[in-house]
Amino acid sequence: MTRLAEYKKERLDKLAAASADTGGVSLWGDALRRLSRNPVAIIGAVIIGLFILLAIFAPLLTGHDPYARQLIEVRANSGEIPGPQPGFPLGVDQEGRDFLARLIIASRQTLLVGVFATLIGLAIGTVIGSLAGAFGGWVDTLAMRFVDIMLAIPSLLLAISLVAMVQHPNQWTIIIAVAIVQTPIFARLLRGTMLAQRESDHVLAARALGVRRHSIVLRHMLPNAMSPVIVQATLALATSILDAAALSFLGLGDPNPDRAEWGLMLAQAQRFLDASKILAIWPAVAIILVALGFTLLGESMREAIDPKNRR
Amino acid sequence: MPLLDVRDLSVVFNRRGTTPFTAVDKVSFTVDPGQTIGLVGESGCGKSVTSLAIMGLLPKRGVQVTGEVLFEETDLLKLPADEMRDRRGRDIGMIFQDPMSSLNPVVPIGVQVAEVLERHRGMDHKPAMAEAKELLDAVGIPDPNRRLKEYPHQLSGGMRQRALIATALACKPRLLIADEPTTALDVTIQAQILTLLRELVEETGTALVMITHDLGVVAGLCDTVNVLYAGKIVEEAARRKLFSAPAHPYTHGLLSSVPRLDEPRGTALKPIRGNVSDNIPWPEGCAFAPRCDHVVDACIGATPALVDTGYRRLRCENPITEAPAHAPAWRADQSPSDQSPPGEGAARVVVEETP
Repeated sequence: MTRLAEYKKERLDKLAAASADTGGVSLWGDALRRLSRNPVAIIGAVIIGLFILLAIFAPLLTGHDPYARQLIEVRANSGEIPGPQPGFPLGVDQEGRDFLARLIIASRQTLLVGVFATLIGLAIGTVIGSLAGAFGGWVDTLAMRFVDIMLAIPSLLLAISLVAMVQHPNQWTIIIAVAIVQTPIFARLLRGTMLAQRESDHVLAARALGVRRHSIVLRHMLPNAMSPVIVQATLALATSILDAAALSFLGLGDPNPDRAEWGLMLAQAQRFLDASKILAIWPAVAIILVALGFTLLGESMREAIDPKNRR
Repeated sequence: MPLLDVRDLSVVFNRRGTTPFTAVDKVSFTVDPGQTIGLVGESGCGKSVTSLAIMGLLPKRGVQVTGEVLFEETDLLKLPADEMRDRRGRDIGMIFQDPMSSLNPVVPIGVQVAEVLERHRGMDHKPAMAEAKELLDAVGIPDPNRRLKEYPHQLSGGMRQRALIATALACKPRLLIADEPTTALDVTIQAQILTLLRELVEETGTALVMITHDLGVVAGLCDTVNVLYAGKIVEEAARRKLFSAPAHPYTHGLLSSVPRLDEPRGTALKPIRGNVSDNIPWPEGCAFAPRCDHVVDACIGATPALVDTGYRRLRCENPITEAPAHAPAWRADQSPSDQSPPGEGAARVVVEETP
């Protein structure tokens, strides 16, 4: 009798372990599995991966100092901007600096602006959104009307006005301006998911256990509400990069003309379009590719975690 | 002195722009230490709202809760929010219906159990985790060391419910409210969970309020049964009394509508006609009257009073007096401490318990 019971217990435990291993798949695990099967996501991920590698190893990849003037005499003699030639695959820019080296080193600037603008926007948006979603009532109303006002203004226009208010702009001006523009989107999204969490069974269960309010918000609601916001952050990286490039193109960023930055390079190339089209084409291609990479990955992530697409 | 004394508890949902709805209407019952009572009724009769009102978990806005909920002579309804928060989980535990969604999906279950210990007993994380392991072991989760670090989605439904019970019992509350704890589980797991609950209640002397629509659960577990209909208690009696001689036509209907294995094949079930939303459109009168086979004129004239006849409380103008035909099958002679699995006698396949 006891042996039978022992045997049954053992068998049940094995069964339980087996069903637990295959039975449930977490939200992110499931999303990752579907992402890896989506060619669009893979293209996006490859673009972003190459871009990040480029930014990290930029000094090793460039044959020349991106800030040093070279081939100056060639230009002085011919009056033209030298095109591709041995040692300079893409030629030099209007100041005689190695164009490829500048293009590569500018990826760092883009990554820096994109990541920091998004992170700061995400941080502020998370605070506003979770306060609104967790407490509701007048906090919610106040925060959301503020967010509505910001959303009503076109984002680039808002960013331009923010930068224009600063006396001595530098690269952080652009980062902060783009971050502020991103904030309302994150706040609004998180508020919605937090409200849904507030009504959820596990939050009710946590309340029934007497868990303190801040623990409920920080440990039980916020981690469960973040998934869509993190996906949105990937998409926001693309818009941040585009907005930042647009701001420097308009000459609202760091006034230092030596800075290697795709938007700035594009603006400078405008004056030399007749002499060299290549100077305008490559920065534009770079901006488009990076924005495309983040958009593709972000969109496929959004599809992957959308429960409606679950099969 | 009863542990919990609920007096005239009423809950009215009064959202702006809607007509007020009385979900719980002057419900009174008591629970003695170590006692198990049942709150039984169909969906929408106010069982869950009653439990949430006792726990103070109903939203403040749009809900009026009146009456008294005396827990060891303290009125929980008058306690400030932070004092009530201290008591929840420490003095009163609660188990919910759906173990799938009642655990935090992103926190390992060990941490969820330890959180309660840290919160109410001021324990440090390490000893709390050690005790969490003991608790998981006590509720019958195999290999607790491994399970401690696992997430809810890695556990089966039965194990999740066991983990939930572990969180609710972590601080050894004197009262445990179980809101349909077995509804979302397979019958075999149901039997295990009910046995576990009964063992824990007997070991720790915790009083248990069992909220269920399942008369089999009641038959196996409860000392006293309160039958609710439309937010009112219609009948309250000791378990044996209730099953052997239901007096209210609604109780009788509930018992008759349970499928049974000991009747000849082909015997038709006798469901109660209509549903809970069939109500008389004026405030006075018995809410069950439109569905009742025993309805008399007095039923629709005025709300019947809850009359205490010594061994039962009954709210009916024309109660059933004869013993129903099914009485013996409910094993009315069975005492609450019988070791047979819960649910036996009710129409369910009794599965041999796994240790």
